[in-house]
Amino acid sequence: MIAYAIRRILVGIVLLLAMVLVVFVLFFAAGNPARDICGKYCTPEKLANITQVYGYNQPISYQFGQFVQGLAVGRDYPVDDAYRAALEKSNPDLVIHCPAPCLGYSQHSAMTVNAAVVKYAPVTISLAIYAFIIWIVFGVLFGVIAAVFKGKWLDRIIVGVTLVVYALPTFFIGTFLLQFVAIRWKLVPYPRYVSIADGGVLNWIISLTLPALTLALFYMAAYVRITRAFVLESLSEDYIRTARAKGLSERVVLFKHGLRAALTPLLSMAGLDFAALLAGAVITEAVFTYQGLGFLAVISNQNADLPVLIGLVIVAGAAVIIANIVVDILYAYVDPRVRLR
Amino acid sequence: MSRPFLSVENLAVHFPTSDGIVRATDGLSYTLERGKTLGIVGESGSGKSVSSSAILGLHRNTSARVSGQIWFDGTELIGLSDDEMRAKRGKDVAMIFQDPLSALHPYFRVGDQISEAYLVHNRVPKRVARARTIEMLARVGIPQPERRVDDYPHQFSGGMRQRVMIAMALINDPILLIADEPTTALDVTIQAQILDLLQDLQREFDTALIMITHDLGVIAEVADDVLVMYAGRAVEYGAARELLTKPAMPYTWGLIQSIPDVTGPLDRPLRPIPGNPPSLLDPPAGCPFFARCEYSRFVPDNRCARELPELLPVAEGHLKRCHLEDDVLADYDAVLTGGN
Repeated sequence: MIAYAIRRILVGIVLLLAMVLVVFVLFFAAGNPARDICGKYCTPEKLANITQVYGYNQPISYQFGQFVQGLAVGRDYPVDDAYRAALEKSNPDLVIHCPAPCLGYSQHSAMTVNAAVVKYAPVTISLAIYAFIIWIVFGVLFGVIAAVFKGKWLDRIIVGVTLVVYALPTFFIGTFLLQFVAIRWKLVPYPRYVSIADGGVLNWIISLTLPALTLALFYMAAYVRITRAFVLESLSEDYIRTARAKGLSERVVLFKHGLRAALTPLLSMAGLDFAALLAGAVITEAVFTYQGLGFLAVISNQNADLPVLIGLVIVAGAAVIIANIVVDILYAYVDPRVRLR
Repeated sequence: MSRPFLSVENLAVHFPTSDGIVRATDGLSYTLERGKTLGIVGESGSGKSVSSSAILGLHRNTSARVSGQIWFDGTELIGLSDDEMRAKRGKDVAMIFQDPLSALHPYFRVGDQISEAYLVHNRVPKRVARARTIEMLARVGIPQPERRVDDYPHQFSGGMRQRVMIAMALINDPILLIADEPTTALDVTIQAQILDLLQDLQREFDTALIMITHDLGVIAEVADDVLVMYAGRAVEYGAARELLTKPAMPYTWGLIQSIPDVTGPLDRPLRPIPGNPPSLLDPPAGCPFFARCEYSRFVPDNRCARELPELLPVAEGHLKRCHLEDDVLADYDAVLTGGN
């Protein structure tokens, strides 16, 4: 088990490095990051200076090596050694140490990418957890109900509504909830993110409800359909007939024998979907102007803030890879046929 | 007047579908006494399993229409409430299924699956049920039952899995056991072991056994009576010895002839029954076997195409559903050569 986990983590690191390489080459080799930093009133001298100070004059392979080294052991900014040494003497406050795993430094927002991620992550994590709970609880609940009442009006209503919800774009649901539920009908206060530290748990939950619901509805619709399909498949298995032949009640047949087999495969899907959300719910955060990682990605993109974008891609990739490993290990506990070797 | 232990009378199981009513079983009647074995033979889709599942009340009234009478140990089963039926299911009547791998739940330990069957009908502590489970596993010939009780189904071989199924079915000492092709998914060597085991247990508990199979070899080995089914109906019914030595209608002849003969010349071609069974959605007006029957030309007036034959006696306790006159069939050997 532990050997399995270690091997999966090593493979995950290799995977992550490959991903970093691709992103790095795409962003730095294809574009001109020095020109982006230089800004509107750029002179050739200023551009040359920036290229030198940020190390963009170095070969791309060397820059990549530095970046990976920063991920592993941390690094200092500005990148150019001579310039940094001079700065150390004249103005030591401007030398920034970025500890491992250093994701880079954003000249645009004058902070390390790690600091930016830490600043924007709480909203995204809160949103992801809240949405996850809503969509798992209600998605599975309605999916099971639809499966049990297959072909009846209740099933038709649930399937019909999920189809409509699934078809609606997230920005529409978000804008609708914001415009009507919050502004027109005033059912909830206008959503503004309140951290637990600022307003306590209750206010934190209230502040997240509309965006979390927006995010959850789409996934919920998908999970209703998946759960329904899994439960129906499970209920048609031979072992369900065996359970009935034993004289078990329909309740035990459904909830013990049926759901046990139907819900297990949901585990791996749920893990990956949750991890993907940790990279930021771009549209939802943009609609509600909640300052999460998705919001950060949008503004970094507008500002051509390449270091932040690379950092976000790495965070997203790491979240998915870690979730994958966790799910695989959990799976070995819930499905006795899976043995980790 | 005493009724037989099990008496199925005019049983019909119909499935309404969007394409029409599937008549999976129609007009089926048979009887069975304790300690005896009835073999039900027929090809896939002939209604063998469907009619037997009706005895356990496994057809849900949302999808199936079951009619007729099933008298079991003095009680009429059709029309019992769900709760009354559930109390008998797994206790008085138990069933063994064809493929033990898919019939066992992959996520639960076999011991838990077996003792669940005991606990649902007996108010005893789990410890007692577990002890009883281990005893049953030992009884069906699973080595080291104390250890194997905590294994999962995938850790057993096919034959051992079927033994687990048998242990599960017999844990409440049922008085009627329905075995639905219990050996079909197994190696031939294992088949014989499982059949021996079933017969031993049957003698021990004086259980009535319904053996559903398409293997006439199995029938010859275990059955006292045989019911041949075709397209949802009984086409021949009688004592096993009589029916297997003096089969009385073309479908049974076909079944017997299609058994590969390993004692004759090896290059003798197999003799399958040509064609396929009719659709149960839209059964033909006449004899269901008419389209595949090479003997219908011996029946005058094209009756086979127009008129469903009745199930009528050919001899004491031997019934057949066929328009062919007995004297045409008098010389079975002549018929075997194709009637030419």
